[in-house]
Amino acid sequence: MSTAVGLASPTDRTSPVTPTSARRPTQQFTTFWLAGNLYGVEVEHVQEVLRSQALTRVAQAPEAVAGLLNLRGQVVTAIEMRTRLGLGPREEDDKAILVVVRLRGEVVSLLVDAIGDVADVAEDAFEVPPDTLSGSVRELIRGAYKLDGRLLLALDVSRAVDV
Amino acid sequence: MEGIDEIVGEFLVESYENLDQLDRDLVALEADPGERDLLSSVFRTIHTIKGTSGFLAFHQLEAVAHVGENLLAKLRDGIMTMDHGKTDVLLRMVDTVRALLASIEATGVEAGVDVEPVVVAITAHLEETAPPAPEAPADAAPTALPDPVEPPPAEAAPHATVLTGLPVTIPVDGGTSVVTVDVAPDGSTAATETPAPARAPAPAPAPAPEPTPAPAEVPAAKQASPANNGGKAKRGAAESSVRVDTELLDDLMRLVGELVLTRNQIVQQTSAASTKSTDIELLGATQRLNLIASELQEGVMKTRMQPIDALWNKFPRVVRDLGAQCGKHVRLEMVGKDTELDRTLLEAVKDPLTHLIRNSVDHGIETPDVRMRAGKAPEGVLTLRARHESGQVLVEVVDDGGGIDGARIGAKAVEKGVLTEAEAERMSPTELLQLIFAPGFSTAAAVTNVSGRGVGMDVVKTNIESIGGTIEVESVPGEGTVCRLRIPLTLAIVPALTIVCAGERYALPQVSLLELVALDAEKAATAVETVGGAPVYRLRGELLPMVALAEVLGLEDRSTRAADDGIVMAVLRSEGKRFGLVVDKIINTEEIVVKAVSKQLKAVGLYSGATILGDGAVALILDVQALSRRAMRSDAPDRALTDTGSVATVAARRADQVLVCDVGGGRRAAIPLPLVTRLERLPASSVESVGHREVVQYRGAILPLIRASTHLGTGGWNADPSDDRATDDLEVVVFSERGRSVALVVSEVLDVVDAAAATPSDVLDQGLLGSMVVDDRVTELLDVRSAVIAADPHFYDAEDLARENASSAEHLVAVTIGTPGAAA
Repeated sequence: MSTAVGLASPTDRTSPVTPTSARRPTQQFTTFWLAGNLYGVEVEHVQEVLRSQALTRVAQAPEAVAGLLNLRGQVVTAIEMRTRLGLGPREEDDKAILVVVRLRGEVVSLLVDAIGDVADVAEDAFEVPPDTLSGSVRELIRGAYKLDGRLLLALDVSRAVDV
Repeated sequence: MEGIDEIVGEFLVESYENLDQLDRDLVALEADPGERDLLSSVFRTIHTIKGTSGFLAFHQLEAVAHVGENLLAKLRDGIMTMDHGKTDVLLRMVDTVRALLASIEATGVEAGVDVEPVVVAITAHLEETAPPAPEAPADAAPTALPDPVEPPPAEAAPHATVLTGLPVTIPVDGGTSVVTVDVAPDGSTAATETPAPARAPAPAPAPAPEPTPAPAEVPAAKQASPANNGGKAKRGAAESSVRVDTELLDDLMRLVGELVLTRNQIVQQTSAASTKSTDIELLGATQRLNLIASELQEGVMKTRMQPIDALWNKFPRVVRDLGAQCGKHVRLEMVGKDTELDRTLLEAVKDPLTHLIRNSVDHGIETPDVRMRAGKAPEGVLTLRARHESGQVLVEVVDDGGGIDGARIGAKAVEKGVLTEAEAERMSPTELLQLIFAPGFSTAAAVTNVSGRGVGMDVVKTNIESIGGTIEVESVPGEGTVCRLRIPLTLAIVPALTIVCAGERYALPQVSLLELVALDAEKAATAVETVGGAPVYRLRGELLPMVALAEVLGLEDRSTRAADDGIVMAVLRSEGKRFGLVVDKIINTEEIVVKAVSKQLKAVGLYSGATILGDGAVALILDVQALSRRAMRSDAPDRALTDTGSVATVAARRADQVLVCDVGGGRRAAIPLPLVTRLERLPASSVESVGHREVVQYRGAILPLIRASTHLGTGGWNADPSDDRATDDLEVVVFSERGRSVALVVSEVLDVVDAAAATPSDVLDQGLLGSMVVDDRVTELLDVRSAVIAADPHFYDAEDLARENASSAEHLVAVTIGTPGAAA
């Protein structure tokens, strides 16, 4: 379980980590950025984080399947989270970061804009998505954790990879 | 307590093995009652079980084995002779022992098995002859005791050098069953073998605590060394083989796969670097690595290989029991028992093969009196044949039974709506036979009643195809049936062709590959013809449909490619059809390690897996079956492939004959002969008009006239009917049905040819029914019925039309497109 945290967040993004008191139950999230928003995946799902890699295109695959990569001899499917969440395409110069998650024994890689820190968030800071939220985002987001000055959107990993 | 569990575990494993041996030996004995070696072997096996069960205080088991042993002792000593009844009770005894063992394995005690009936039955046989057998065997018991509990290493170690070249016994799934592996007699590995036996016993005791009974696994077990049998041989096997957990083998296999990939990478990079520098040592080391990795791969693959006999050895019992049930005499012959294939594949073909065998005994082979009446020997012969053939394992299930009548299958298919009558008519008997594998067809009970075959055959086919194999059936009614399975040797590492399409590399399994065709730009421009828009290539005179991979994958429109590029094509075979897969470039062939793709990609249905290439990039493995299904119509098998069967004799039927006519302009029309009633020559001046239709007076009736050229909409030649009227006679082909006739005007009637001898193709377009090569020309088969309707809309009554519209037209005209340009 290695999570690379050395990658700088894009400019103007400050650390999302909120120091929490030890008494409140907390949950650890690996955070990452997508189109200016902060998302998070429970750390226990995250196997590793990789820099951009050459992907093999898969013709006729669902749109969100960005391709296949060789992860130390294992063939792993990469899923473009921007497509999945209905966000626009990434800037051409920006290389995607790969968040490799392990779910029920299957390894899948999520393509995101940038990686953030590991955040300890308090369970009582959680709220379900507002009723006004619609579309693919609503299906893939479990809810939001209210951090200082920022919301952490908790990704439902199993739905996100179910393309 | 631990120690006892281990002993019981060993006892169970050994006994299961012995019982499988017993099954075969008893069936063999029945056929050859005087075979003393077999009898001794059977006797020893039962004796060992009896002795050990007594020692472990399994008294019911001991009691059953005891009476069995008594009976066997008499047989061995010649006091009694083996017959059908005795074989029956002895087999029942084996079953009872097996049930007891299962109970011991599951619960640790002998419970829930009633041994009394078997004991009584055997005792009845024992009392057939007067003097009860002495208790002689009892004092032999102690000698048998050490067998199951004896730790092999003590003896094995001193004989370390003997190990090489001898089989290695390896337990499967926690040790309840065993695979045997030949270790290559390679002196260099002798030293490393030595420690193996010392460690080996560790995993072996595992089965005892294992609570789940796995008797199903057991048949895969035995064959410690096929040449040996009986208790004595067990000792030999223990000396020369070790038991290894198959999980360990699977791990090894996976690691070797990784090693092969890494090797590929290093070899590739070294050869790339060697063009710049000349590091001889690195180059040498790389070559050695290359060799060693290959050998290691081969060796590890071998550990997973098992002779097919491991699967077959339970069939004698299956065939005997089933034959007895059906009141048939069936002799099972097995050829090529030593043919090896991957253990996982062996497991995968178990059910399909069992199904085929049951089918053959149940439905294929006739009862003795039926056979006698047909002039055959009363005893049917079921032959299992296995051999390696071009990197695959070929397994045949052959019976000399009643066979399957293709025509009846066809008739049933039409009745079931699987085929139209016209389609059935056009298919050869062999093609029709393959219908028994069609889903929805084969499960229909009515078919089974008529043909005596078919239930579950689609499942068999699906199972075989899921492991990359193929199945086909051939049959001669009255003489027998052959089911032919082709299965890959292994699934883990396969030879494949790497190709490039639209900038990505793909792997094509070599199994489906027939040949490669490359056309330079000049040739490509002329060699590719089209049939109704579908591109075809004449490969040695036969039409080969072309499928552009880029189009199937939706990557790029072929038409945007520069016209001056050549064409590269991989000729592939899938489900009895051939097609040319057009790709951008062919790279090489290499061994690839098949990796599963995630479920997201399985759903795409075009890829059977993925692999990692020498440079570390991922390449998708194309699923040739899926490609062909996606690109081509599925219900028109390629006769060039299916007719090669040796058993099948394709009778030239009248329906296969066509009348070839010149329709002018260098073009020809061919009409199925059954549709034609008369050929006439009418004076051109006899053509008259009714409204805007042309008619002639013919035998006192008005005959509607249709000009082939007009109907085909080719215009150009002879479009003006007045030409004919002015010039000479008209060649007319007359069709009749239920008292009505129409005439088709052609330029000249040329010949009647056998269309079965021509090469048909499933290349077609809307309104076409096919195409073929006649006299070295691409021929399109057109719809005659619509031509007839054009001449006389009332030719078919409304009812006919409604029916025919549903099933598309069945009558054809073929028009030959001559050299390009003639069609203008």
